[in-house]
Amino acid sequence: MKTNFYKLLFAIAFLAGFVNLPGAGAQEAQVGKLTGHPDQGKQLYRRYCIGCHGPRGDGAGENAPYIDPKPRNFTQATFKCRSTPTGTLPLDSDLYNSIGRGFDNSNMPSWAPLTDQDRINLVAFIKTFSPRWKNDKAGAPITIPNETPVTVPSIQHGHDLFQKLECWKCHGPEGRGDGPSASTLTDSNDQPIRPYNFAEGSRFKCGATNQDIYRIFMTGVDGTPMPSFADVIQPNDAWDLVHFLRTLQVNREGPERALLKSSGTKLQPIQPSSGGGR
Amino acid sequence: MSDHVRDQGYAKKRKGVLGCSASLLILIAPLFFVALMCSPTAQAAPLTGIRAFPAFARKYGLPCSACHEAWPKLNAFGQTFKDNGYQLGNDRDAPIWQQPTYWPVAFRITPSWHRESVDRNQVDDLNNPANSLEQKTTTHGFDLSGLDILTGGTLANNISFLLVPSADNTGAFHFESAWVRFDNLLHSSYLNIKVGKFELDNLLSEKRILTLSDQGGLYQLYHFVPVGDSNIFGLGDNQLGAELMGHSKNDRTRYSAALLSSNDGNVSVPNGHGYDAFLTASQAFQAGGLGLQRVGAFVYLGRSPTYYLTQGGGSTQLDGLGQKSFYRAGFIGMWYLKKFDVTTLFMHGGENAFLGTGIAANDPNGLPAGARSPQWNGALIESHYTVNPQFILINRYEFIRMSQQALPVDSTNIFIPGVSVPSSDFGNLDSLTFGYRYYPFMHSRAGFAFHNEYAIVRQRKVAPVTGLDVTSSSLFLGFDFIY
Repeated sequence: MKTNFYKLLFAIAFLAGFVNLPGAGAQEAQVGKLTGHPDQGKQLYRRYCIGCHGPRGDGAGENAPYIDPKPRNFTQATFKCRSTPTGTLPLDSDLYNSIGRGFDNSNMPSWAPLTDQDRINLVAFIKTFSPRWKNDKAGAPITIPNETPVTVPSIQHGHDLFQKLECWKCHGPEGRGDGPSASTLTDSNDQPIRPYNFAEGSRFKCGATNQDIYRIFMTGVDGTPMPSFADVIQPNDAWDLVHFLRTLQVNREGPERALLKSSGTKLQPIQPSSGGGR
Repeated sequence: MSDHVRDQGYAKKRKGVLGCSASLLILIAPLFFVALMCSPTAQAAPLTGIRAFPAFARKYGLPCSACHEAWPKLNAFGQTFKDNGYQLGNDRDAPIWQQPTYWPVAFRITPSWHRESVDRNQVDDLNNPANSLEQKTTTHGFDLSGLDILTGGTLANNISFLLVPSADNTGAFHFESAWVRFDNLLHSSYLNIKVGKFELDNLLSEKRILTLSDQGGLYQLYHFVPVGDSNIFGLGDNQLGAELMGHSKNDRTRYSAALLSSNDGNVSVPNGHGYDAFLTASQAFQAGGLGLQRVGAFVYLGRSPTYYLTQGGGSTQLDGLGQKSFYRAGFIGMWYLKKFDVTTLFMHGGENAFLGTGIAANDPNGLPAGARSPQWNGALIESHYTVNPQFILINRYEFIRMSQQALPVDSTNIFIPGVSVPSSDFGNLDSLTFGYRYYPFMHSRAGFAFHNEYAIVRQRKVAPVTGLDVTSSSLFLGFDFIY
């Protein structure tokens, strides 16, 4: 009798634990075999994200006034790190990876300690803040061709493109984020924004690999002055630019800088006044 | 964190004055739990009502619920942050990023009303103070906890610190924690070295315990020693030493190895010499959508003196001599079923016979006939239901069973120190604690919880006069705040 009573108590407690849980909703986010549920993501959002991104997802959380750069406004459905063309919605995997990676030089940490399921649930909930997710589809992901070999001519060509495409105007002649336009830049919400300082960081906002840099060229960083170069440069040129940008990362020991050093090559300083050439 | 609970002046070591007629409460505890789980209040918190900010919010701008399952209990993200040396790793960890006026300090104290009851307490005979009696005692009233002053963070990238001056409720201070840690040595998260006074890397942290009462505000398993034992060690006590700790990037894999001075964290080396070692490792894994599960194991190998070399007529201890060994070893599992989580802990303890009998190793009479090394097994089951970041229900049951008494059994007598114990279950202990914490608000500069808890403990045959069971209970209502 006593044993049965305990079984009943256990059953009640067990069931009570589940009546509070949301049922499996419609599929709202998908990465591989993971399916994200917005109702479960809502609870996680309250726990982890609301302080910065706010209860309405508009980036107006209580901490937002003290944060630089400002938290993302999810109601605009504009995201920096995408694998899709500029102006299109990102893939679920883009948001999922962003949550897991975090953003260097910002208050957004890596949420890798969360479970995979938690992160995909968060993606599903973030998508509820903007009607764009109901009306539009995510863009088709861009194709990243195989990386070309790291050679001195490749680096030098990337150097020339850096000059020609006027990357230096924002990022500065040495990639320190101090170009002549840097102080005037604003994002799509008219908030001041700083260009990336290659000399300071060893990682990029949208990933740490050469493929990640290539992707940024081709997709642009939506909501910022960084445009997409997909219609401007060819894939091989983009890889050359990647190789040159790596040489600006003075705090990182990579094959690009090693090659320059071993070959004795000295690149000419970027000339802000000229349009191109070595 | 820290000695917040035990500084309330409540019981620290449980050697003999505990007990329980707990069956009724064991019965009603789940009902209490279920009733609260299903209450509308518990589930109502609106999305816009959350204003949660962490202790480090001023630095990182994250809600406190990001790091705490329910303050002060850490979640997986908070544990990772702690294991990274209070760093998020997003290039904003060094103090140089902070405004010069930023000072990472917080104060925690808990005004409370509590009721304490012991059914067979040893009291002086009012008619003959030299004589002792057993009597039920019940006290209650308004009170204060101890005070914790918590400062922590980074001194520079990959150099972190924690300093916790802590006072008991009379205002007498000591240093509960004081350490500096060198993080990510050789660019590896598996190499971190901490030196100073710190909490052992217990997955179930007593410094982050969710219960506060006299009887429930500590883990019995961590502090249990057999009745009559001379060892003062507590696994939950902060220790002095050096720790090598490491973890995978996502903190799924963790290990810790510590070399500790054999003084149970007391300063000025009161035990003279001797070192202990603590080893622990754990592995977490995902179980679908249920959450992150973790299993681990630990072992503590220590030494404790049985007598002292003194000077000044015994007023000053120069060295602890006759050091004898003891150990604790166990397994832990932390199981998540979405909002419901259960921690299970099994521990085995053992002591040298000299420690167990409380007899000095240089005693000319040596050990009494039949004396052996005391050994015991214990287990803990602690469950939580986190309704939302502002409301958590807590339930914990612990039991400890002696598997080998230090002294021979003489069922015709009560406990006679250094001679015999009345039964093989002498000193066995049961403890039940349940309660809840409600956080009506949270913001970046302060935390506050309304805390309600009941705890009851029974220990077998330790009543000082009759040799019967002793039952102690606590009812606690507190206003736990940190600023």
